[in-house]
Amino acid sequence: MSLQATTSQTVGPFFRIGFQWLTRDNLVDEGVSGERVAIQGRVVDGDGSPVPDAILEIWQANAHGKYAHPDDTQDKPLEPAFDGFGRVPVNREGMFRFATIKPGPVPGPNGKEQAPHLLVSVFMRGLQRRLVTRIYFPDEPRSAEDFILNLVEPARRSTLIAKKTAGDVALLEWNVVLQGPEETVFFDLGL
Amino acid sequence: MKSVAAYRTPDPGTQPSHLHSSYISSLKRAPTKPQVLIPYTLSEVTGPLFRPEIVAPQASDLTRQHSGEPLGERIIVSGRVLDENSRPLADTLVEIWQANAAGRYLHEIDQHKAPLDPNFTGCGQAVTDAEGRYRFVTIRPGEYPWRNHYNAWRPAHIHFSVFGPAFATRLVTQMYFPGDPLIPFDPIFNCTADEKARNRLISLFDWDTTMPDYALGYRFDLILRGREATPMEE
Repeated sequence: MSLQATTSQTVGPFFRIGFQWLTRDNLVDEGVSGERVAIQGRVVDGDGSPVPDAILEIWQANAHGKYAHPDDTQDKPLEPAFDGFGRVPVNREGMFRFATIKPGPVPGPNGKEQAPHLLVSVFMRGLQRRLVTRIYFPDEPRSAEDFILNLVEPARRSTLIAKKTAGDVALLEWNVVLQGPEETVFFDLGL
Repeated sequence: MKSVAAYRTPDPGTQPSHLHSSYISSLKRAPTKPQVLIPYTLSEVTGPLFRPEIVAPQASDLTRQHSGEPLGERIIVSGRVLDENSRPLADTLVEIWQANAAGRYLHEIDQHKAPLDPNFTGCGQAVTDAEGRYRFVTIRPGEYPWRNHYNAWRPAHIHFSVFGPAFATRLVTQMYFPGDPLIPFDPIFNCTADEKARNRLISLFDWDTTMPDYALGYRFDLILRGREATPMEE
């Protein structure tokens, strides 16, 4: 029998009360291997104004390029202290920051590995369904060959790549721009 | 390399687009450029999984999270989480949040002049059992005004957030109550073009889960996207 997926509805203006028990802006514990990075940025709307009520959810592989999920059957090690999930609210100025590790590469659709990346869901009032995007890493030669990045028109790829910040090699900047010339690339997964 | 089985594409009209002129908050927040269609990779068909122990025992009874009982009509909201192939989704995290009986959220930006209830936070969590079932005890939320248009009122609703087995199955939606006169006028409800699809957001009154001398039962099943084919299975 075939059913039809339940229709999506906005999280509304007050969803922080429902999400906050599972807030996780630090994805790494001691003993987790991998290059530590912090990623910070801002969520801005079509007026360039900060969005004070957004929450991001992160999903990523560990440093070996292995997802903590049974459908990942790769012969790579899991890290018991790392599950790859983050839930990161913005503050009143629309700013967010989270700490994680740079993931290893995972398999891609063309038989090649994908460049290291994080998956991001963006939730906020005004969106009837989440936005889906990705964060790639600077100074990463594998990004040039990445199947997904190459589906994006070249001029817009930079919206998916975190930028280095002055003075702190472990701090990256990546923003969510909802509208306008610098609009972030969002992906269509059908939902 | 093994191919990755995709998730089914929604039937036309059964999922809302991002921009809706009737829903004012979408105007400055909905992306304006076309989204980039991508194939499913291992990244999208995996996703966070949660152990049942992550949820505290009292988390599914919103009437017992404080020293006293909340005001309002106690109700039982239960149902199943299934995928489009009718398979129950076990061990899936379900989160809810809602207004109190007076139509007020415990959130600092909710300035509706209705009282807060010291015995009601309005948030709950549950993890589905082996048959995909969840169950919450709560109180019926009140309707409340919002500023979308003149004399705008939201129908009574409970917000639901569900993860499912993959990043691709993540769903946030709202559950409504049968017979609510505000439903046909609600821009958020009406953002889904397909009438049958949006009407499935209205829960069903349910004698089977109604408890004598205690609470009325409402049933609300959540259907997450199913895979096109599952070549890895036996």
